[in-house]
This record gives sequence, C-alpha cells and structure tokens, in this order.
Amino acid sequence: MPPEAHDSGAPLFAEPWEATVQAIAQLVVAGGHVTPQEWAEALGAAIKRAQAEGDPDDGTTYYRHVLAALEALLLDKGLVAPGRLAARLDGWRRAYETTPHGQPVVLPPG
Amino acid sequence: MSDPVDKLSYDHHQHLPSDMTLRTKALESVLVEAGLVDPATIDAVIEAFETEIGPHIGAQVVAKAWSDPDFRARLLADGTAACAELGYTGEQTTHVVALENSAEVHNLVVCTLCSCYPWMLLGLPPTWYKAEPYRARSVKEPRAVLREFGIDLGEEVEVRVWDSTAEIRYLVVPERPAGTEGLDEAALAALVSRDSMIGTAFASSPNAAAGG
Repeated sequence: MPPEAHDSGAPLFAEPWEATVQAIAQLVVAGGHVTPQEWAEALGAAIKRAQAEGDPDDGTTYYRHVLAALEALLLDKGLVAPGRLAARLDGWRRAYETTPHGQPVVLPPG
Repeated sequence: MSDPVDKLSYDHHQHLPSDMTLRTKALESVLVEAGLVDPATIDAVIEAFETEIGPHIGAQVVAKAWSDPDFRARLLADGTAACAELGYTGEQTTHVVALENSAEVHNLVVCTLCSCYPWMLLGLPPTWYKAEPYRARSVKEPRAVLREFGIDLGEEVEVRVWDSTAEIRYLVVPERPAGTEGLDEAALAALVSRDSMIGTAFASSPNAAAGG
C-alpha cells in the first residue's frame, strides 16, 4: 500500500474540476437520471478502459475515470445528444481564448 | 496534447484551463441546459464534501453503538434505519449494512469494481481505496493487505471481506478498545478513524489518542 494509506489531512480534491465531476455524478444518480447500478457499471467500465490504455489506476487518476464514465453513460442513455459535448467543449475553449484577461469567461450561446 | 498555456502566455487573453477542466465545464453546461442538474445544487454538493460529510458522522454512529446496546442491535439489524434515527439519510438509494468487528471476526470492506463507499457516513473515499492494488488484493490476500496497514491478525481470527455494490454500502463497527468504560459518546467517537470503519485499522486506544 502507498505511504498515504492511513488517515491524513490531505485535501479532498487535487483540482476544482474533480469536485465538480464528483458532485455531478452524485446528482445524476440522486436525481434518478441514472440508477446506482448503471453508475457503478459505467465507472467500472471506464476504469477498465483506462487501464487498457495505460492508466496507472493508482487512485490519483480516479476523477478522470469519473468524468469519462459520465460522458459515456450520459451519451449511451440518450441524456446528452451526440455532438453536444464536443460543441460545448469547443465553445468553452474559444471563450477562454477570446476573452480579454480580467474579464469573466462566459460560454457563448450556441 | 500541445501545451496551450504556453501558447497563450504572452498575449492578453485568459490562460486556457486544463483539458479536464474544459471537459468538466462542457459536461456541466450540457447537463444544466438539459435541465438535469442545477448549478446551485452542484455548488451545494461540493460545499457538503468540504464541510458536512466525513468520517466524523460514521464515528458518531459507531460511538452510539458502543454506548447503547439497543441502538447497536438496531444498527446491525438495519443500518439504513439506524443511521436515519440519527438524522443521516443522505444515501436513500443505497442500503447501509453494519458489520461488527470482534476478537473472533475481522471485517474488511472493498469495492472491487470501482469505489462504492458509504459517502454519507465516511465522506469521500481515500485514494488507496480507489486504487487497483487495494481493489484487487483485498479479496485475494486480505491478511497480507491488512499487515501492510499494520494489522497482523492471528490465524484464529476469521477475516471476512465484503465487496461493496451499487446498492449495499458497508460500515465496519470496530471493536471497542479496552479502557474506555467511562467515556461518553463524544470521547468515544474521537477514537474511531475512517480506516477503522473500512476495516484497515483498529479503533484507537484512549491513551494513544490523547498522545497524538
């Protein structure tokens, strides 16, 4: 086991996006959009896919698996239209690239 | 992927966040637009991660079980209902099953598939709980894993490994340490660590807890 195997005061999340994806995962289950069983299976499958692609699967990349599982499951269940995520990703990237420093970054409609 | 931050660092635009941050923002936008989640609720859940849920809740449940034999019996019979008695109803979609450790039986909890865990009672699972070595080895060689956590059990102690599922979340009730007869529930709860409720630690003895 790694040295941090025991109780410690380590931060819960390494980066803010990790907290957001974890919250989203809990909310889509709590809201009944995804069953607990579907979620566990999607997360397990995302972990296996990542392992096959060389992910260390040592716990430090866990929230990457959560995000990948959410993206795949929401698409599989038809809760998210195909192409919608890619469009929004592109929108956010362009918003960051074109917003002057110091201004709030806002996703353009589309 | 190329490093977009470098590319942008000399102009007057925003630094481009990491790929994971952008994917998360895209996911959040799509779900909010579809009416599946509310941004204010996301913030509230994150706030709860930081300030509300955590092993102090599980420790309170364990301390009550140690102090109140009737509650202990109810907890072992129906963990979900017993936790609800104390106001902990955050995991409506799952069942809480309490497992009692003793001199004869040591229970150890794992999720071999992913990271099923009693969030409401223990907070977010630690990194090692989500890591492949713990998920794989806890079932195959639990005694060796426990030794790495500093728990060396004699052969006379039966080890039971419980694989969590989407529906069932296990809470280990560690054995009450000796020398705690006069302690109230708050003092007892201070002896109950997160790891002791997963089964990878014993409850602390009062002397050890006072010393550090």
